[in-house]
Amino acid sequence: MEKQVLLIEDEPNIIEAVRFILSRDGWDVRTHSNGVDAVEAARMRMPDVIILDVMLPGKSGFDILAEIRADAELAATPVLMLTARGQTKDREMAERAGASHYMTKPFSNAEILETVRQMVLP
Amino acid sequence: MAASSIIGTRIRERRIQQGLRQSELAKRVGISPSYLNLIEHNRRRIGGKILNRLAEVLEVEQSLLSEGAEAELLATLNAAAAERGETRARPEEFAGRFPGWAQLLADLHHQNATLEQSVRTLTDRLVHDPHLAASLHDVISTVTAIRSTASILVETKALEPEWQGRFHRNINEESKRLAEGAQALVRYLEAAPDTDAEIKSPQDELHAFLAEKEYHFPALEGDATDAMIETVLDASDTLQSKAARQIARAVLVQYLRDAENLPLADILASVARHGVVPDRLAIELGVDIATVFRRLAMLPVSEVGLVGLAICDGAGALTFRKPSPEFSMPPVGHACGLWPLFQVLGQPNTPVKVRVRQVGRDAQVAQALAVSDEVRPASFTQPALIRAHMLLLPITNRSDDVARDVGVTCRICPLDGCEARREPSIIDAGF
Repeated sequence: MEKQVLLIEDEPNIIEAVRFILSRDGWDVRTHSNGVDAVEAARMRMPDVIILDVMLPGKSGFDILAEIRADAELAATPVLMLTARGQTKDREMAERAGASHYMTKPFSNAEILETVRQMVLP
Repeated sequence: MAASSIIGTRIRERRIQQGLRQSELAKRVGISPSYLNLIEHNRRRIGGKILNRLAEVLEVEQSLLSEGAEAELLATLNAAAAERGETRARPEEFAGRFPGWAQLLADLHHQNATLEQSVRTLTDRLVHDPHLAASLHDVISTVTAIRSTASILVETKALEPEWQGRFHRNINEESKRLAEGAQALVRYLEAAPDTDAEIKSPQDELHAFLAEKEYHFPALEGDATDAMIETVLDASDTLQSKAARQIARAVLVQYLRDAENLPLADILASVARHGVVPDRLAIELGVDIATVFRRLAMLPVSEVGLVGLAICDGAGALTFRKPSPEFSMPPVGHACGLWPLFQVLGQPNTPVKVRVRQVGRDAQVAQALAVSDEVRPASFTQPALIRAHMLLLPITNRSDDVARDVGVTCRICPLDGCEARREPSIIDAGF
């Protein structure tokens, strides 16, 4: 059975590119573009991996991650955070909030594909 | 320590607040200006009648001049020592034996705190400027979409035509967005500080103040005296910091001297006869070209149009910036080394006239006229202090003269292979 990834991102052309790359690798890619109800979307889908952008309309990615980690059903889901910022402070914030991995934009396709694959290895 | 050791400083502060000249106050109190000068610099102890009279003229309670000051000075000295972890310092003894040095140290401590605050503020502004952060985020997101999409097109073997078409459209869309985002960012970075923006540094405050007044001060024309400068400064809500007030005062002192040397009516009459032709005006009015430049840049727009002016010191730092519609100036940091302004630094009293075009903008051409002069002549012990002026005028006649390509500042300049470049451009770096 295909593994499912939920991509929470608001840039349509980034969504399209990432969806293409992961779909070709055999992933079932679901997307969500709004920060406000992102946690509900994750609860509904119960994905194997979540890719989460930091800058989202309505709610910050850090706040969403904190809610995911506080949610009994979602807490163990691996989360890859994406951000346009590369400062150490943001990396530390992501780690403190419980991110499994952290990647700065612009990233390479190979890099995101490899990271997502690694995240579901037993 | 003796209370009188810092009474002088308070008298001086109060006099300046009241807009009184030293000679004026001395006369009203009945002492000589040189004696008042010694008092103000804490070199003469005073009390009794003179102190009473000074308090009376300065319209202040005598106790406000003479009491409490020691405690304030000692508290500052203690704070300065504590900050450095110095436990052996004896502020009371130091202030008592060397009151002048103690006050100087306290002043430097305050100045240091102000400068540290300015550095924090400016750093914070760069890091947390919401407009800059949003623009950069937008640019980086666009670059991410282009990079991923381009990789798919290059790396995916046998990509279906439908997907190919879709990704080509996406790249086209994103590249347009990137161009717009980069242009908006460059416009933001090269814009002069405006009065609506949040003002932080003393230089920002000064230039916002000057722009607010449209670089013209009717109160300093005619028979204005130095006292009027303080009135103009006091009337401004824009000049918040002590540092900004200080540099604004220096600009206004220069303005007043120029207005004395070159009265408004004279320069306007001369402009009416010859137009905005600085060298001709200088000869007719019997002043140097730099004075004419400063006067022209600070005349009402209705009289001479929009005239730009840049002034730099011998080290090349811009001390005065008035951009013109055709010519931008960096709000902070260094300017382009190709400006005629810097060319004349090495050749005092040799004016230069060049047509300049700032690449990367709307590429408008401006007439730049530059000249440098000595602020202080050289001696056997001191080098001459040089200052350069560059006036920017609109082009009024068509000519075949080739315009010199220059930039605003390296950081946002797209000029390729420029030997004057100090640092890479963010435009070259992929923006």
